[in-house]
Amino acid sequence: MPAVTETLETVRALSDSGYKFGFETAIEMDLAPKGLTEDTIRLISARKDEPSWLLDWRLAAFAGWKKMEEPHWARVWHAPIDYQDIHYYAAPRPKAGPKSLDEVDPELLATYEKLGIPLRERAILAGVEGAGEAGAGSNVAVDAVFDSVSVATTFRATLAKSGVIFCPISEAVREHPELVRKYLGTVVPVADNFFAALNSAVFTDGSFVYIPPGVRCPMELSTYFRINARNTGQFERTLIIADAGAQVSYLEGCTAPMRDENQLHAAVVELVALDDAKIKYSTVQNWYPGDANGRGGIYNFVTKRGACRGARAHISWTQVETGSAITWKYPSCILEGDDSVGEFYSVAVTNNRQQADTGTKMIHIGRNTRSTIISKGISAGRSDNTYRGLVRIGPRATGARNHTQCDSLLIGSHCGAHTVPYIECRNPGAKIEHEATTSKIADDQLFYCRSRGLTEEDAVGLIVNGFCKEVLKELPMEFAVEAQKLLAVSLEGSVG
Amino acid sequence: MSVQPATGAAGFLARYDGLRDRLPGDPAPRDAAARAFRTLGLPGAAAGRREEAWKYTSLRPLADAPFHAPLSTVGADAAGLLRLAPARLVFLDGRYRPDLSNQPDGATFASFADAPTFGTLARPERDPLVALNTMLAEDGARIEIPAGVDAGVVQLASLATEAQGRSTAFHPRHAIRLGAGARLTLLETATGAGAYLHNPVTEIVLDPGAVLHHVRLADEAAGAFHLATIYAELAEGAVYDGFTLVLGARVARSEFHVRLAGADARAAINAAQLLGGTQHADVTSVVRHDAPRGTSRQAVKNVLTGRSRGVFQGRIEVARDAQKTDGYQMSQALLLSDQAEIDTKPELEIFADDVKCSHGATVGALDPEQMFYLRSRGVPEAEARAMLVHAFLTDALEAVAHEPTRAALDAAVTGWWERAGA
Repeated sequence: MPAVTETLETVRALSDSGYKFGFETAIEMDLAPKGLTEDTIRLISARKDEPSWLLDWRLAAFAGWKKMEEPHWARVWHAPIDYQDIHYYAAPRPKAGPKSLDEVDPELLATYEKLGIPLRERAILAGVEGAGEAGAGSNVAVDAVFDSVSVATTFRATLAKSGVIFCPISEAVREHPELVRKYLGTVVPVADNFFAALNSAVFTDGSFVYIPPGVRCPMELSTYFRINARNTGQFERTLIIADAGAQVSYLEGCTAPMRDENQLHAAVVELVALDDAKIKYSTVQNWYPGDANGRGGIYNFVTKRGACRGARAHISWTQVETGSAITWKYPSCILEGDDSVGEFYSVAVTNNRQQADTGTKMIHIGRNTRSTIISKGISAGRSDNTYRGLVRIGPRATGARNHTQCDSLLIGSHCGAHTVPYIECRNPGAKIEHEATTSKIADDQLFYCRSRGLTEEDAVGLIVNGFCKEVLKELPMEFAVEAQKLLAVSLEGSVG
Repeated sequence: MSVQPATGAAGFLARYDGLRDRLPGDPAPRDAAARAFRTLGLPGAAAGRREEAWKYTSLRPLADAPFHAPLSTVGADAAGLLRLAPARLVFLDGRYRPDLSNQPDGATFASFADAPTFGTLARPERDPLVALNTMLAEDGARIEIPAGVDAGVVQLASLATEAQGRSTAFHPRHAIRLGAGARLTLLETATGAGAYLHNPVTEIVLDPGAVLHHVRLADEAAGAFHLATIYAELAEGAVYDGFTLVLGARVARSEFHVRLAGADARAAINAAQLLGGTQHADVTSVVRHDAPRGTSRQAVKNVLTGRSRGVFQGRIEVARDAQKTDGYQMSQALLLSDQAEIDTKPELEIFADDVKCSHGATVGALDPEQMFYLRSRGVPEAEARAMLVHAFLTDALEAVAHEPTRAALDAAVTGWWERAGA
């Protein structure tokens, strides 16, 4: 969503809720009937024209899911979810490729405009034939996922020149079945957890990335997710493989319309880094958080995990979580390769009635594996914000290192900040350090800013940005600017 | 004819059914506890059931062992008794032994068998071992210090004998109450021989301004289970200063529930665990700040050799009204072998905005640079290791003010190192 930076000025002209992406697009949709049965899965698989092995894989996941119980250990509360009251497939009605922007569904174009995507990219996203890749000024390739399906991927030809595959996963299943079969479900097994199993059964689209050996991806890759239709869930599946010595930076952005009811988002992201490969995965999550009284908003139950399979592999997760009514998300690293590195940088902001339970798992298996965890939680309003993390050092991980820093900031006296770290060590040659603090914005800091003429809200925004600096600096530049604005917007109305 | 007793939760419940009418006191709380225990069971004993509070400690080995109720201890050998203070309350296999005890001046003492009342702090409906204790408690110590009295040092000694040549289980129920401004240093020692279950529950009530130093030495026999639960409630300005040293037992758990109910209260829960072989020891604490300006400090050290496993789970809860709380928690572990394991879970749960709470955790081996420093100055390797381990424990032990007790703890550490170290 880096293109959104162009509309930052509009951030000031916000609706009362402060959520600028709360529009709904009236587009003709192809909807599967509500409910989840084997028939739903067969329908999804048929719509996607999938090979039989994938249908079987989905059905096996579904059979497993039916036997699983929804997890309740996270520090979040919500009314029971009726999994039969959701459309598991929603797609914009397909049309023949338009010749120019004039022929494109104006509603779709309007959506991209509201999202702040530049006109030329809008044309590409809308699938206008011949819409320029040549002379592209942007250095970001975008894959946009609208409800259940990927609507467009830009810059594919440019990427293909260096051998990079970047396409919707449904297409990868058809075009690159050997890669998909080799890696799909190997980092997050279908029976990993309740939501991952659900996703495996019903995932509809998502992005697929393959970077061949030794290639440094020539541009940032980006996926933009939007839930649009009513009563739908979004179950995207992303698979990124960096072959030996490859490097890629991947950005993910998310928005959804404002609605009274809750919508479910249960994604799975799998990263595989082979020898010397490096994957940097950045997220700015800004799903609709619900209104000030906690009505509506997205339930964001996501499984993200990366495997450093090779020696010296490097996986870095950076996330800025400002949206969603409920966030349940633990981007993790399995450090199998010797000398591999895992990083987790997170800012999670909750306001009003939002609930976030997020953190990471660093599983050290190989020798001399290193991990860093920096988590900044900010609670305001009547929200609850929990850091939950695991650092596990296996018996073989001699020389492993971990450093964890979890800081929480409370704004106001009706919110909660919680820290639940698990530290398990089975190797004497490992070194683990963990620190956590909880505090509020110091009066003298506020006074200093106020005495220099800043309003209280601007002062809080400034101090919060300073509190999060260690994480924000890890974001690609376009994202960092966006994220800073988002922080300020998310905290509006929390002071004074 | 001897019948093998039922094991596990069923065994304890059967024991309760048999003993119910002969146990001292009101049967109503015991019946309620038995119902709770029937539902809760022994943590980790039933397959497929996981309890977060018992994530790292399973009582499966306890469930598999048959236990008998202790018989008379008259004539039992009390030679292994530690004598740390003149004022001494001695329990042999869980039974009070006036002949071995010296009642303290300035304190009122009664045994649970003579005055069987349950306190209001324990939560048998939630904590399975407390349910087990409530169900089967036969004896214990009730110590009350009147307001303003400094009762000095009192030793509460538990000694398990092998009098009957078979495994016994005892569930002492202790109650400590300090009136306003009263002071007490309570030294709890737990030692013994053979295989047994020592499952004490202690309820501590501190009135405004009272100060309790609570030093616990758990040096149980290698085959023993030591599962202690301590509840403490602190009124305004009261101080609970706890230190626990765990050396022995096959499986040990020291579980603390400390509530700072009045403003300006202070609590310290410090502990050190020295483990070897296949020992498993767990310190679990929940410190709840319910009033403003409370201070809590926790420092937990684990020294692990062999295939031992150390666990620390600590939670600090800060309620909305507990503004200006200052909470700190530190867990440090020294892993001295390839097969030892440490599991740490320091939790913060905070609902007040004007607080200062932090925790830290470190895990590592002996610092090779420090070893090198000592070795290069001619200190033999074994001695250098002993020095560094001692140094690691020093700041924990130094918090114990009572001189003879600290000397006893030091001696226990040295003795342990001679057995387990090198």
